[in-house]
Amino acid sequence: MKRFLRSVAFQAGVPSGPTPFVGAFFSLVSALLAAAPLCAQTYIIRNATVMTVSKGTFKGSILVKDGKIAEVGEKVMEPAGAKIIDASNQYVIPGIIDCHSHIAIDGGVNEGSISVSSMVDIKDVLNPEDIAIYRALAGGVTTANILHGSANSIGGKTLPIKMRWGKSAEGLIFEGATPGIKFALGENPKRAGNPTGRAINGQAQQGRYPATRMGVEDVIREAFNDAKVYKAEWDAYDAKQTGIPPRKDLKLEALKEVLEGKRYVHSHCYRADEILMLLRIADDYGFKIRTLQHVLEGYKVAKEIAAHGAGASTFSDWWSFKVEAFDAIPYNAAIMQKKGVLVSLNSDDAELMRHLNSEAGKAVKYGGLSETEALAMITLNPARQLGIETRVGSIEVGKDADLVIYDKFPLSDYAKVQKVLIDGTVYFDRDNEVSARPARQAQKQKLIDKEKQQRAPQGAPTRRVGQ
Amino acid sequence: MKNLVTALFLGCALALAQSHPAVAIHNAKIVTVSGSVINKGTVVVRHGLIEAVGENVAVPSDAMLVEGEGLTVYPGLIDALSTWGQPGAAPAAAATTAGRGGRGTTTATPTTTATAATQAAAIPARGPEDRPQTTSWVKIADEVNSTDRRIETARGAGFTTAVTFPTRGIFAGQGAVIDLLTAEKPGEMIVASPVGQYISIARGGGGGGMGGGFPGSLMGYIAYLRQIYLDAEHYKLVKDTYAKNPVGMTRPEYDRALEGVLDSPRILLPANRLVEIDRMLHLAADLKQPVIIYGGRETFRPEAAALLKQFNTPVLLSMRWPEASRDADPDEPDSMRTLDTRDRAALAPAVLQQAGVKFAFYSDGLDQARDLQRAVKKALDNGLSREDALRALTLSPAEIYGVANRLGSIEPGKIGNLVVTRGDIFDDRTKVEMILVDGRKYVPAPDASPMGGRGAASDPGVK
Repeated sequence: MKRFLRSVAFQAGVPSGPTPFVGAFFSLVSALLAAAPLCAQTYIIRNATVMTVSKGTFKGSILVKDGKIAEVGEKVMEPAGAKIIDASNQYVIPGIIDCHSHIAIDGGVNEGSISVSSMVDIKDVLNPEDIAIYRALAGGVTTANILHGSANSIGGKTLPIKMRWGKSAEGLIFEGATPGIKFALGENPKRAGNPTGRAINGQAQQGRYPATRMGVEDVIREAFNDAKVYKAEWDAYDAKQTGIPPRKDLKLEALKEVLEGKRYVHSHCYRADEILMLLRIADDYGFKIRTLQHVLEGYKVAKEIAAHGAGASTFSDWWSFKVEAFDAIPYNAAIMQKKGVLVSLNSDDAELMRHLNSEAGKAVKYGGLSETEALAMITLNPARQLGIETRVGSIEVGKDADLVIYDKFPLSDYAKVQKVLIDGTVYFDRDNEVSARPARQAQKQKLIDKEKQQRAPQGAPTRRVGQ
Repeated sequence: MKNLVTALFLGCALALAQSHPAVAIHNAKIVTVSGSVINKGTVVVRHGLIEAVGENVAVPSDAMLVEGEGLTVYPGLIDALSTWGQPGAAPAAAATTAGRGGRGTTTATPTTTATAATQAAAIPARGPEDRPQTTSWVKIADEVNSTDRRIETARGAGFTTAVTFPTRGIFAGQGAVIDLLTAEKPGEMIVASPVGQYISIARGGGGGGMGGGFPGSLMGYIAYLRQIYLDAEHYKLVKDTYAKNPVGMTRPEYDRALEGVLDSPRILLPANRLVEIDRMLHLAADLKQPVIIYGGRETFRPEAAALLKQFNTPVLLSMRWPEASRDADPDEPDSMRTLDTRDRAALAPAVLQQAGVKFAFYSDGLDQARDLQRAVKKALDNGLSREDALRALTLSPAEIYGVANRLGSIEPGKIGNLVVTRGDIFDDRTKVEMILVDGRKYVPAPDASPMGGRGAASDPGVK
C-alpha cells in the first residue's frame, strides 16, 4: 500500500460508498438487468485500430461471440443478428489488468491487529456494490488483483476479480484463477501495530512485534517454520487417513498452500535489501515469490529478481512519498524489463486505477519502451503475473472478450474510454452513462423532495428534556 | 412410582391452581392465527395453558368469567430478538455496519449487560485462539430477571413473550424464549433455552485493528467465525473419541467457548445490506449451521428476498425503519442508495411475504407502545396485510425458534398467553383490556392501547 496512512483514513469509513451512480434508475435492480444480460450478445467491433499486444497492431475488426473473441482480422465474418459497434477512428485494446488494487473490499483492507493474518480472506468481504468498480471500468480496467493491505508481514488471502458491475460478490471472482496471499516488508508492517506502544487517544497500547526489518524477516521465517510442521502433520495424516485428523488452522493452511505452490505470494516491498531478504527466505523454504509489489528499488537488484523468477509490479513515476521510496526512479519499470523481469504497472489506488493507460504511457517516455511493450505492462504482463494469460491480457482468438474501446490513442492522456466489454458483455458505455445522468439526478431529487414532504407535517416541536 | 407421579401431578396442579385460576373469555372475537377467526367464541385458560377454544365451548363453573362482548382475543405478541428481561441491557442492535452502507441505524455497542461477560482482556487478542469477545457459554436463561422495567411496558403493548439474547461481543451467548411475567423466581419466565447463539459483527477499534486486538476488520471477524466452527468440529471429534476410551489418550483441553458454540441449536447472524445478506447466507452454509438473519434492512430488494428463499433462511426484521438523520446537512444529500433504502425499507415485510420467506419482527430497542405501533403501521401502509403482520409477531417467531408447539397461536394445550383488546390490535385507538401471560392476568395501566397510546406502565424515572 503506497499511501498507507491515507488508506487507513479511508478505512475509517470516510467515503460513504454509493453515490449517484449507484442504482441506475430506480434501483440496483434495473442496473443489474441492464448490465448483465443472461446470454452475451454477438458483437462486431468494426474498423478499429486493434492493438492486440501479443500480435501487433492493425486496422480491422473483432468478432465477439459467446463471451469470447471469435475472430480478429482486417475482415471478419459477420453472422446474422450480430450487433455492430462502429469503431472507425477508434482504438481497441485488451481489458486493462491492475495487479494491485484495494477496491471492492468491505469493512477494512487490513487485519492489522496481528503480524500474520493469513487466516483472513478478501474473498469473504468482496463488495460488488463499491462504486470504485464502475469507475475502474470507466477507466478501462476489466480485471484487478484485490489485495489485503500491507500492515502485516504476512497478510490476508487475496484473489483477482473481474469488474462485472452489477453481479454478486461471487460473480466478480475470476473463476479458476490461482488465489494469492499478501506479504509486506519494510515500514508498513513494522510500524503498523504501533510497535513502540505509544498511547492512542490517551490509552496505552500494547506494542505489536515486529518493530524493525529484522523483525519482519523473523516473523516470516517463524510463520513458515510453523507451516512446515503443520504441513508435515497433515501430510502424515493424508498418507494414512486413519485416526483423528490434525486441527485445521486457517492461518497455517494458507501458508501450507504457499509451500505447495497452490497460492501465489504477492509481496509489498520497496528497498533492495528487503527484496533480497525475501527472495532468500523463499529459497530457504522452497517456495516462489510470484510478484514483488511496488518494488521501487527493483532496478538495483533486477538480475536477482529475474533469477528467482518473480514478477515485478511497480509504479510509473511515483516516488518520495515515504522514506523508503526516496531511491525510486521512473526508469525502474524499463530497467527491470530489460534485465529480464516480467514487469507490470499498478495503481494501488481507486483513482489512479482509472487512468492506468497514461501510467503505461510514462514507460515510453522514461524507459524508451515501445508502445506495445508499455501497453503490455497493464495488460499481458499482469495477466502472466496472475497466471491468467490464457484467458485475458491480449486480443487473441479464444480469449475472453475483455475489450476496451478508446476514442484516441490509448496511451494518451486525452484518450477517453468509450465502451468496455467483459466476457463479451458491455459493462460500460460512455454514451449511455452520460445520457442517463439527468434522469438519475431527477430521480434522486424526487426522493429528496418526497422525504422533505413526508417530514414536514410531522413538524412537532422538539420535546424538551424533562418534559 | 405411579403414586409418586400422581402426587407430583397433584402438587403441581395445586400450586398452579393457586396462582393461576382458570379464566374464560366468553363471547369474544378470537383471532387464533393458526386457524380461522372465530367471530364469537370462548377461550378457556387453566393452569397456565389454553384448555379450550371454540364457538361452542362451555364456560367451566370454576372459571373466572370475562364477558367478551366487543373484545378481541389474540395470541400474545412475541419480540423475536430482544434484551427484555435483562435489566440494564442495551437493545440488541441491528448490527453490521461494517464498511460503507446506508447511514441509517448504526450499531450501538451495548455498554452494559447483565451477563457474566468477561471484560476485554488487558492484552489484545492475537488471533482466533484467544477467543476474542466471546462468551458463547453464557446462557441468558441464567441471567433473566423480571425486575426489568421494560417488561411491564412491553406487556402494555401486547407482548407476552420475548426471545432474549445476550448481545455483547462476537459470540455473545445463548438466548432464551421467556414469558414476560412478573415472577418471583426468574426461572418461571423461561419457556425454552438455549434457542440460539447471538453473533454480532462490528468494526473493531482502531483502523484495521492497529493497536487493538484481533479481529480488527470485517474479514478478521469472518475468519474468526470460520476458525471457531472448524475448531468446534475438531473438538467434538476429539472429545467423543476420548469419551469412548480415555485410556492411553491425552486428555483434550476443556474449551468453554467451543462448548458454548456446540450447545447452540442455531446462530443469529447480522445482515442489513443486500451484500451482507448474500455474504452471511453463504457463510452460514460454509459453517454448516442453521441460521437466522437479523436486521434485514434491504430485504425490500427482491434479490435479497430471493436469496433468503433460496437458502430457506428466516429473517428477523428490525422494527426501526431507517430514517434520515435529523441533524443531516441539508446541503449534502444522502446517496441515491441511502435515499432509496429509506424510501422503500418498509416494503420489506410485504416483499418477503410475497417471496415466501419466513420473517418475524423484533423490537430493536423500541419498547414504547406507540413506537412499536407506528412501526407496524408503516409496514401495513406498505402493503403488508394485518394477518401477516400479526403472524410475524406471533406464530412466525415461534416457528423460527422451534417453539410453535407451545406459543404463537390460540390452540388447546399451548401456553396461555393472550392479549385481549377492544378493537383491532393494530389500530391506534384500540385499548388493551387485559393480558394473560402463562394464564396470569395483567391489566395495563388505564389508557393503554395495544401498541398505540401512552400507556401501560409509565415509568416516572424515564419520562
